[in-house]
Amino acid sequence: MEQATFPLDNVKQALSGLIEDVSAESGEVVVRCAAAHIIEVLTALRDEPTLAFDQLTDLTAVDFPSRPYRFQLVYQMLSITHNLRMRVLVSVPEGEVVPSVRPVFASADWAEREVWDMFGIFFAGHPDLRRLLTDYGFEGHPLRKDFPLTGYVEVRYDDTQRRVIYEPVHLTQEFRDFDFLSPWEGVQRDIQTADDEQESAT
Amino acid sequence: MSEMQIRPMTLNFGPQHPAAHGVLRLVLEMDGEVIDRADPHVGLLHRGTEKLIENKTYLQALPYFDRLDYVSPMNQEHAWALAVEKALGIEVPKRAQYIRVLYCEIGRILNHLLNLTTFAIDVGAMTPLLWGFEEREHLMEFYERACGARLHAAYFRPGGVHQDLPDGLADDILKWADKFPEFINDLETLLTENRIFKQRTVDIGVMNREEALNYGMTGPCLRASGVAWDLRKSQPYDAYAEMDFDIPVGKTGDCYARYLVRIEEMRQSLRIIKQSIENMPTGPVLAPDNKVTPPRRADMKNSMEALIHHFKLYTEGFHVPEGESYTAVEAPKGEFGVYLVADGTNKPYRARLRAPGYYFMAAVDFLSRGHMLADSVAIIGSLDVVFGEIDR
Repeated sequence: MEQATFPLDNVKQALSGLIEDVSAESGEVVVRCAAAHIIEVLTALRDEPTLAFDQLTDLTAVDFPSRPYRFQLVYQMLSITHNLRMRVLVSVPEGEVVPSVRPVFASADWAEREVWDMFGIFFAGHPDLRRLLTDYGFEGHPLRKDFPLTGYVEVRYDDTQRRVIYEPVHLTQEFRDFDFLSPWEGVQRDIQTADDEQESAT
Repeated sequence: MSEMQIRPMTLNFGPQHPAAHGVLRLVLEMDGEVIDRADPHVGLLHRGTEKLIENKTYLQALPYFDRLDYVSPMNQEHAWALAVEKALGIEVPKRAQYIRVLYCEIGRILNHLLNLTTFAIDVGAMTPLLWGFEEREHLMEFYERACGARLHAAYFRPGGVHQDLPDGLADDILKWADKFPEFINDLETLLTENRIFKQRTVDIGVMNREEALNYGMTGPCLRASGVAWDLRKSQPYDAYAEMDFDIPVGKTGDCYARYLVRIEEMRQSLRIIKQSIENMPTGPVLAPDNKVTPPRRADMKNSMEALIHHFKLYTEGFHVPEGESYTAVEAPKGEFGVYLVADGTNKPYRARLRAPGYYFMAAVDFLSRGHMLADSVAIIGSLDVVFGEIDR
């Protein structure tokens, strides 16, 4: 539909020297850039009149523990003027600080707080980077792949102490993770993803 | 009288406040009666939906969407169904598309009825709530007759809808749709020109076009600020391209404009409901691909293959090819998006749910600065927030 007329050349022109790669796979335009350039990239996308990406719809991250650049930040951009969508991907290793885009888009405010909360990616220059969704005094980053689904602590009201207390999680039944994958399909898939990962690592 | 020094005061609003629309804790820094800064503390309803979905098959993930914005459950299932269909590359039968559009619009009216009437009660009008909930009951009945549940429907499935509409339901919906405009008029006589309602909402929480875009507003809140943007029109999905309807746009961007936009949207939804029933084709309601959709119960009695398909579908589920995609629908509150990362297995690798209310809540600080304490209630009411989707 609208992606058929996507002005890819304008994107390349506006972002020349800032981005690593532009692709338009399966109708969705994806741009990759380095974390250091993210503010310039988003500002250029917003201010270039032929693109006018005036809304940062969403900002999130994906955790790939096996990759050298563990986290992938995803900036969903929407141009209301030209009816276009695209996303900007930024790969960051664990512990790297990413410049905050809060000065460019106000909608990044809570989105960055959530990414900090859920993944532990730190944004430099964010005015108020506190935890948002998790409990007061929560430890850990729940959406990381190495965080267990059940969490570490559970909460209950204790009648004798007359207050809410935190205890280590106690499961009355062991966590059941059913593996429904057919072993034959699974083997094939593992070889393939291992190959892909080797390729991307080199 | 000598000058009096007033200490800035911090006020804790909620989490158990009836006007907080759920579990919102709002820490307000007040200068007398005027709000200096509002700091919403959300997350009291956080259930880790995104994490849970990573551990479920694609079909098992679907009911979680009912529990996000529990006021318009089917609209969110729609986003998930579309996202999975896009990743699988399957085509949905025309009849299923029309049923989905029909139920999305019923969901929109359900949502707007709840929002407008609770908004009214927040600013002091009791009657709209009592009237509105009676109408909502009719709509929930339509939900129940189609899928068996009033709230948590799990009706839209990847590949179509779970079952066809029962006989007579379409006629009953049409009958209701003929009567409903009268209700909207009655509701308007109570509120639209009501002096108290206007005093509480006009020029409260104003947002212009640039601010609304900058703060990530979508849906009625964006349209109230004068942006004619509706995903049903601009990036139509399912059968919306074949529907004839208008997009109401506000001029002032205040609480009153958001109210007016929603009232008009209910009328437009009625038009879509009528069109989708009148033009609904006959045919199947699920894609014929039995790797994704369940076989018919009758077939399972005779066909071994159908039995195997049924078993495999409800244990292993289906495998979605590797890739990532972003799918958005116009939910009643705004743009509800699903960013789906699939890794080729039967479970999503990551599913990010972009909830419209999340960004509305983030804008509360901006909107309520400089307003009185009582206005913060009007602002929260007009934004249409539901904490199921904000906290996820």
